[in-house]
Amino acid sequence: MRNRKIRGLVILVVLLVTAYYFLPMVVPNLPSFWTTKRLILGLDLQGGTQIQLEVDTSILPEDEKEDAIKTAYEIIRNRIDQFGVAEPLIQRVANENRIIIQLPGLKDPSRAKDLIGQTAMLEFKFLASSEQMQETYETMDKFLQENIQNYEFLEEFTDVEETEEVIDVLETEEDIEDESYDNAMIFTDLTTSKDGNPLKIDYKHIAKLKNLLKDPQFLQNIPTGLQIALGKSDKNDPYSARDIYILHKKVEIDGKSLENAITRVGQGYTAKDKGPYILLEFKKSGAKKFKNITGQNIGERLAIMLDNIVFIAPTIESRIPDGQARITGNFTIEECHDLVIMLNAGSLPAPVNIIEERTVGPTLGSDSIKAGILAAIIGMAIVILFMMIYYGLSGLFADIALVVNVAFIIAVMTMLEGTLTMPGIAGMILTIGMAVDANVIIFERIRENIRAGKTIRSAVDSGFNRAMVTILDANITTLITALVLYQFGTGPIKGFAVTLSIGIVGSMFASIVLVKAIFDGLITNSAKDKLSI
Amino acid sequence: MKFFGKTKIDFIGKRRIAFAISLVIILAGIVSLVINKGPKYSIDFTGGVAMELDLTPVKDGAQMVKVQDIRDALTNAGIQDAEIQEIKGSEGKQFILIKTQIMGGMKDKTSTKVIEIIKKEFPDNVNPETLIRLQEEVGPKIGEELKGKAILAIFWALLGIILYIWWRFEFTFGLTAVAALFHDILITIGIFSILGIEISLSIVAALLTIVGYSLNDTIVVFDRIREDLKLYRKEPYGSVINHSINETLSRTIITSLTTFVVVLSLYLFGGSVIHDFAFAILVGVIVGTYSSIFVASPLMVEHFNKREKKLGTRSKKR
Repeated sequence: MRNRKIRGLVILVVLLVTAYYFLPMVVPNLPSFWTTKRLILGLDLQGGTQIQLEVDTSILPEDEKEDAIKTAYEIIRNRIDQFGVAEPLIQRVANENRIIIQLPGLKDPSRAKDLIGQTAMLEFKFLASSEQMQETYETMDKFLQENIQNYEFLEEFTDVEETEEVIDVLETEEDIEDESYDNAMIFTDLTTSKDGNPLKIDYKHIAKLKNLLKDPQFLQNIPTGLQIALGKSDKNDPYSARDIYILHKKVEIDGKSLENAITRVGQGYTAKDKGPYILLEFKKSGAKKFKNITGQNIGERLAIMLDNIVFIAPTIESRIPDGQARITGNFTIEECHDLVIMLNAGSLPAPVNIIEERTVGPTLGSDSIKAGILAAIIGMAIVILFMMIYYGLSGLFADIALVVNVAFIIAVMTMLEGTLTMPGIAGMILTIGMAVDANVIIFERIRENIRAGKTIRSAVDSGFNRAMVTILDANITTLITALVLYQFGTGPIKGFAVTLSIGIVGSMFASIVLVKAIFDGLITNSAKDKLSI
Repeated sequence: MKFFGKTKIDFIGKRRIAFAISLVIILAGIVSLVINKGPKYSIDFTGGVAMELDLTPVKDGAQMVKVQDIRDALTNAGIQDAEIQEIKGSEGKQFILIKTQIMGGMKDKTSTKVIEIIKKEFPDNVNPETLIRLQEEVGPKIGEELKGKAILAIFWALLGIILYIWWRFEFTFGLTAVAALFHDILITIGIFSILGIEISLSIVAALLTIVGYSLNDTIVVFDRIREDLKLYRKEPYGSVINHSINETLSRTIITSLTTFVVVLSLYLFGGSVIHDFAFAILVGVIVGTYSSIFVASPLMVEHFNKREKKLGTRSKKR
């Protein structure tokens, strides 16, 4: 008798806790003492973007790696905070150089990707002189000509005919007699747009140039102290040709000298003065350096680079004393805004690579929720009806256990602040089907016992006792697979494993403890000699 | 109500037929796997780009987009060999599935490029608010890692199961149960290969769920076999085990039925995201139920009979 009291108490507590955490989901206005916790929906249900980043620390010395990852994490968090997404989640993957970012409600991830992935390394460098540029072109043409076998993707430029025109455009007639120019000018050709503009590369060739700029052998052959860089792409016309720059490797000023960056919108009438631009304000030391550099190099072109891309390369017209510089260009206002965020948050200590990205739009998310709920209701209704028809009153008890179990899963998820994902809903639906299994095993045992001529009381008792072993064995093995799934799974799979595990535990409680209690109450109270099963 | 009273179906006697059927299905799957050079992996494992776009006409008089037009637009922009498919959406909607490899590196943002192209080429069908339903870009490194993790997961799950059953029953029960699981997984993967369905991360989860379900089923029968072997010491193994299967048959069928019904509901109404997952489990429920009756238990008979030849304890026959 005492055991029964304890059991009753346990059932009461479980039911109360379940109600406490489950009810907010179905009842809108609950008294204020009720829990404020709500079931959290995964990105696949509410829509949003998840991005996994890898901080590339391979170039850093061993003792700086850990710090670099921490700094990268902080900077990315800063950038995202300023970006303005509600409730972003930024996590470092434990003991790895990975960072996972979740941005709920984001409809288009491309801006976020730009914002996160860029190192935001701000550098000021001088453009090479025209002699140096010419030298670079000649060297690179010669190098590619001699090593064309290593650069198969450039084969289309080996056609000599076409080169002649380009030479005219480049105004290098005096060099035509030079022997080497009898050959194709592969590099010149690559970096000349189809309407004949030198130092411009067509959109379709950009990938090839990027390949070259990644090739160590190619880089080695660029004349000492110089580098080749791409100009900024035009957000309004992403397929247009882009500028090519030859510049000095030496960094005159970098992002460390920067005090602040601001977005401004120019009101002027000329193309240069109109539209959004970025105003850079240097720190005192930076301002002094800037004053000196501009003062000593009037007439030279100074390139402003972000992440090795030249944004603008204006000619210095006079000394700039106030420590301010403008980056103008074909900016969109969003682009300006994002660049300013990056400039102010500082540059990343190491390159950051996006290694995985998943976005679910809001429409697919809400479709999934609707479909999941529909599937759950239909599946549950059929199972409930079937159990009632097949097992009569006992079936109804099993149905009560089933409903309690579903509420229990949701309540525990809410309590533990777990995230419900679409696979999680699937796990719940699967549990609905499998949850009745324990009761089916028990009921079939009881039926057997009654057939064998036992009294109701002993048929029920021994049915539950014998079935218990089977149920435990069967469920523990399922639990093992669920735990393994949890251990190895990422995001959605984890969600599935969690609901499945909670469902298994819940179904054992509901179908063994709860249903047994109902049976006991029924049999003691009415002293029946018949059982609807 | 009752579907079955006491049944006396001779499952064990027909085990050779069942083995043959299983073998044929498994072989068909293996042939398909060989022809297709292994299972078709999704971008979760190979890396790549997958996206589902809503291209329902937004302007008056705009037409639905033709798949060929999308292919042309992508090819012109240098994105070749994209896999483009129209998927069934709600009425009047047009959802397009595009899968492609990553062009260049992850830095080059293939998925963003595809979306830019679509926006430019099909402005009458693009509502920027709802265009992207799903956009996934997985780097090759992640894919490789996940593959390794998936294999490890299956390994640990199977090991855990063998150990548990060994502890609760006997080592052979564990081995037999795992053999039946291999049978189920092989058939499911084979069917997926024949139907050309991709193995994604969620399908691996489904496979492990099948493992759990099938095992659940097998254990209920094994449990009865263990009990009956103690009860009927004089009977030949075959008939004891056959008796156990018959005793648990009613439960096996009912549980399979309820599980099948809910998963069917998930398959039919659960939406596109969960479709393949539900299908895998649907197959698994059928195969898993079949295997506990026709594979796992008969294998136990084979094992006991073999042992008997050596030791010669129980009476023979079967």
